[in-house]
Amino acid sequence: MQVPAPIEYERATSVEHAVALRSELGDEARFIAGGHSLLPMMKLRLANPTHLIDINDLKELFYIREADSEVRIGAMARHRDLLDSELLARHFPIFRDAERVIADPTVRNRGTLGGSLCQADPSEDLSAVCTALDASCVITSSDGQRVVPMHAFHVGPYETAVANNEMLTEIRIPLRPGGGSAYQKVERRAGDWAVVSAGAAVWMDAGTIVDGRVGLAAVGPDTTSIQPVAEALAGAAPTEDLYQRVGEIAASNCSPETDGRGTAAYKTHLVAELTRRALRTAVARAQRQEV
Amino acid sequence: MTTTETEPDQEEAQEERPIGFGRLLRKEDPRLIRGMGQFVDDISLPGMLHMAILRSPVAHARIVSIDKSAAEAHPNVVAVITGEDLAAQGLAWMPTLSNDVQAVLATDKVRFQHQEVAFVVATDRYSARDALELIEVDYDWLEPLVDVRAALDEDAPIIRDDLDNKADNHIFDWETGDEAATNEVFERADVVVSEEIVYPRVHPAPMETCGCVADVERVSGQVTLWCTTQAPHAHRTVYALVAGLPEHKIRVIAPDIGGGFGNKVPIYPGYVCAIVASLVIGKPVKWMEDRTENLLSTGFARDYVMKADIAATKEGQILAIRTNVLADHGAFNGVAAPVKYPAGFFGVFTGSYDLEAAHAKMTAVYTNKAPGGVAYACSFRITEAVYLVERIVDCLAYELDMDPAELRLKNFIKPEQFPYETKTGWVYDSGNYEPAMRKAMDMAGYAELRREQAERRARGELMGIGVAFFTEAVGAGPRKDMDILGLGMADGCELRIHPTGKAVVRLSVKTQGQGHETTFAQIVAEEIGIPPEDIEVVHGDTDNTPFGLGTYGSRSTPVSGAAAAMVTRKVRDKAQIIASGMLEVSVADLEWNKGSFSVKGDPSKSVTIQEIAMRAHGAGDLPDGIEGGLEAQICYNPENLTYPFGAYICVVDVDPGTAVVKVRRFIAVDDCGTQINPMIIEGQVHGGLADGVGMAMMEIIAFDEDGNCMSSSLMDYLIPTALETPDWETGHTVTPSPHHPIGAKGIGESATVGSPPAIVNAIVDALKPYGIRHADMPLTPSRVWEAMQGNHTPPI
Ligand SMILES: Cc1cc2nc3c(=O)[nH]c(=O)nc-3n(C[C@H](O)[C@H](O)[C@H](O)COP(=O)(O)OP(=O)(O)OC[C@H]3O[C@@H](n4cnc5c(N)ncnc54)[C@H](O)[C@@H]3O)c2cc1C
Repeated sequence: MQVPAPIEYERATSVEHAVALRSELGDEARFIAGGHSLLPMMKLRLANPTHLIDINDLKELFYIREADSEVRIGAMARHRDLLDSELLARHFPIFRDAERVIADPTVRNRGTLGGSLCQADPSEDLSAVCTALDASCVITSSDGQRVVPMHAFHVGPYETAVANNEMLTEIRIPLRPGGGSAYQKVERRAGDWAVVSAGAAVWMDAGTIVDGRVGLAAVGPDTTSIQPVAEALAGAAPTEDLYQRVGEIAASNCSPETDGRGTAAYKTHLVAELTRRALRTAVARAQRQEV
Repeated sequence: MTTTETEPDQEEAQEERPIGFGRLLRKEDPRLIRGMGQFVDDISLPGMLHMAILRSPVAHARIVSIDKSAAEAHPNVVAVITGEDLAAQGLAWMPTLSNDVQAVLATDKVRFQHQEVAFVVATDRYSARDALELIEVDYDWLEPLVDVRAALDEDAPIIRDDLDNKADNHIFDWETGDEAATNEVFERADVVVSEEIVYPRVHPAPMETCGCVADVERVSGQVTLWCTTQAPHAHRTVYALVAGLPEHKIRVIAPDIGGGFGNKVPIYPGYVCAIVASLVIGKPVKWMEDRTENLLSTGFARDYVMKADIAATKEGQILAIRTNVLADHGAFNGVAAPVKYPAGFFGVFTGSYDLEAAHAKMTAVYTNKAPGGVAYACSFRITEAVYLVERIVDCLAYELDMDPAELRLKNFIKPEQFPYETKTGWVYDSGNYEPAMRKAMDMAGYAELRREQAERRARGELMGIGVAFFTEAVGAGPRKDMDILGLGMADGCELRIHPTGKAVVRLSVKTQGQGHETTFAQIVAEEIGIPPEDIEVVHGDTDNTPFGLGTYGSRSTPVSGAAAAMVTRKVRDKAQIIASGMLEVSVADLEWNKGSFSVKGDPSKSVTIQEIAMRAHGAGDLPDGIEGGLEAQICYNPENLTYPFGAYICVVDVDPGTAVVKVRRFIAVDDCGTQINPMIIEGQVHGGLADGVGMAMMEIIAFDEDGNCMSSSLMDYLIPTALETPDWETGHTVTPSPHHPIGAKGIGESATVGSPPAIVNAIVDALKPYGIRHADMPLTPSRVWEAMQGNHTPPI
């Protein structure tokens, strides 16, 4: 049995209480959401927070709802909720694609969207999903709220825009017509982290891609969103040639490393392959050829 | 030789509560399924303290100094012990099972990452762990030896400078077979195919990690050790030898064990430390390693680099196989194999084929990696041997452009050749290979699969069909040849029938999940007709069981199972004499009808075993010279090993774009001789097949160039899940062992031995359009893709 270092524990009763505790308890305090990233790190003593602030009682953060041409998801929505949500499946099928291959049911029953984004692990899948969907993040402190787009949310590996007196409370995804999205992941084994993942979202009008984005996971620190991909997709006709070209652009914009999951060459190949596959499905879904 | 085939539907019809062999639900399951098992970590004694071990962060370094003062000052810490402290008691080193020595705690230098350096005993587990961080060790970094191929280089760092005059990293050379005769055959062969085949280091990774609770009573000197051990008696004798205590002062208890797979055969430094701690402090001490400690420091398996050559005629008659093996044994030689067999039973690398000649050479070396090599399925290196032959035969099929199943069928040892002595001197007791192979091919629809494959290939799809046929040598072993540290590999058994006709059977072997409490009750039931539910199986406690060497290498049924049958027959013989008195006829006039004796020709005159049991303990007269009671004890010395075999076929699909492999089907036909409990056999096969998927496709204990282990958690050391494994299609043939009292062979490791080559053969077959003849495990998507690009590299 792996055991963490000594620790103090607080239970937040509201968002205000949570951010107040966070400011009060200092830099080494951490929120605990699902705990499926934080607790393993604590057991390995890679993370040694002085205090845990449990936010699992914040029922106000568990929602997935539609409002003002957006889908809004509370930071405490669990993987399981994202997987089961019909609202998400209808508008953003990329969520269900991704959630089917994130971890295992035990982890999905606890792990949260907020925790996933805040962990900011370069291999983590939901950042790629949210990036592809052009989501933004609502960050709350005792001074109020600010809204940050995904590309500004991730500051670096394991680092986000959330300051020590703040918490992530909501993720907002714009609802636009003609959308389609899909997610592709290669893993060594079910429940394993990605060797490479690629998410794609397109918005189409009259047979043309108006806007499109690709988010990647596990291929370097800064590949959740790739600008040249968006440029290549904007205004393009959805052809195999296009998917091929965008796959190549994605592949040349990532920086994977050789490790136990695979060689850099293989991962680069996968970026191209999975980008093509995700785009193909996203377009088909946008065109309602496939659900 | 008789081989029978049973169809699955026939079995379904069998009675649900057999008195003897048959499908019987496992007696141990109600407690295990309800969480009422008692594992080592469930044991809690009054005043018990907790131990944690400080381990080396680096693979090779000299210990300059250790400062334990801050740890000792921790309020909950009772003791901090270093190698120096142990050395003062002469306990810093201990013998391994291979006549080497291993550091209990490092004194001079550390020789692998995560080697034991010091331990802390505290009032709770958390404090013990916390205090580890307060121990300051100053290391002088030394160049590590990680690459096994460089171990014997002139300039390689010397790992074992603790040994007298040790100027290299050489452990032993070993050879078997006839080199000259083999080379002669190779010279005249039409076809010779050579390949380097690597079986990477893997880990048994049992669900329960290793640990113990040690309780040394200071006044009487009595040592009680609850321990995760597969071999309680062997452990006890080793402790007795090391500590100079009589065995009866040491009680080793293996309670429920959560998987062993050979990982729980060795004696680990942690056990010794816990005993020392309890002795020094005078209180019980618990040590349970965590997952990382288990993966990084305990007995691994395999780690063989095998150069193989096969010689054949152009028609596909296999003539000879030779191999040259480089074996990585890690920093201490901790292999548990019979003393005369430093390479275990690797000599069975000739497989299931009738060869003209064979030869193997092996060199074993030290590296800066964890010691072991004992584990698992099959510890005695049969896994490596079978993988070698089944892979090189497939390479031959590739070169001859012959169907791999046909090639095997053409070369099998024929039924009339048994008992068959191989060119390396192993006497296969029985076998009938072709029916097993044909059955697997029928179940698979082999010809149809090959047709489908041709169609798919034409469309650019990658489908592979892999065939493997294995013969194992299990049930070690005849005491004239086999011992571990001088202890013969025979097993005792005691059977006692109570007056009411209920029974207790005491075994020397110990289940780690194999279902001994059920199968051994069934063996006794089959022989004496008492229902299995009335037969209690006692095992795992040296105070309550006869001596024997324990459970590993699939030896329980071949050795202890035989002992159980023989001891029951001994009791039955006595019962027959008592029955003759009860029925007033001569012994020769009695007939046994599984549970009762009746007078030949007059079935109405009979007595049940329960009635006999009561009589044996009762007040009435017994025949002349017969003592009261109904019990016996024996020690069974096997005449030979048993040789289970099987035919496996695997079907895979490979995504050409991502190189992801999907195991679509797996057909396993096993022959383990007489079947005691077909349900348990299937369970053993299912587990072993899943294990094979793991080894073939994802498992490896990998190291970086500094000797850091890259497989320190189950996130990095992957074990397959239900999603990677297909619905297993199992079948069997029955070719009883001629020398085993009930004809049973072992089944515990068959599937682990047979499945990796079947899966690798299938994946390589799928890649045939890329001109690939061989690729090493683990065939992860990345390694498959690299092979497709022509960049296959060995994993080590
Ligand atoms: C076996 C296993 C397999 C996994 N496989 C995958 C996979 O394939 N793909 C994948 O994407 N993920 C995977 N994960 C990670 C899993 O999805 C995690 O649950 C998730 O990444 C973190 O969510 P959590 O709610 O558990 O966060 P926690 O572990 O509770 O927290 C993570 C970090 O975020 C901070 N935090 C949490 N919530 C907030 C908030 N609202 N505001 C500010 N900070 C916050 C915490 O302080 C902590 O630093 C796996 C995990 C495990 C254990």
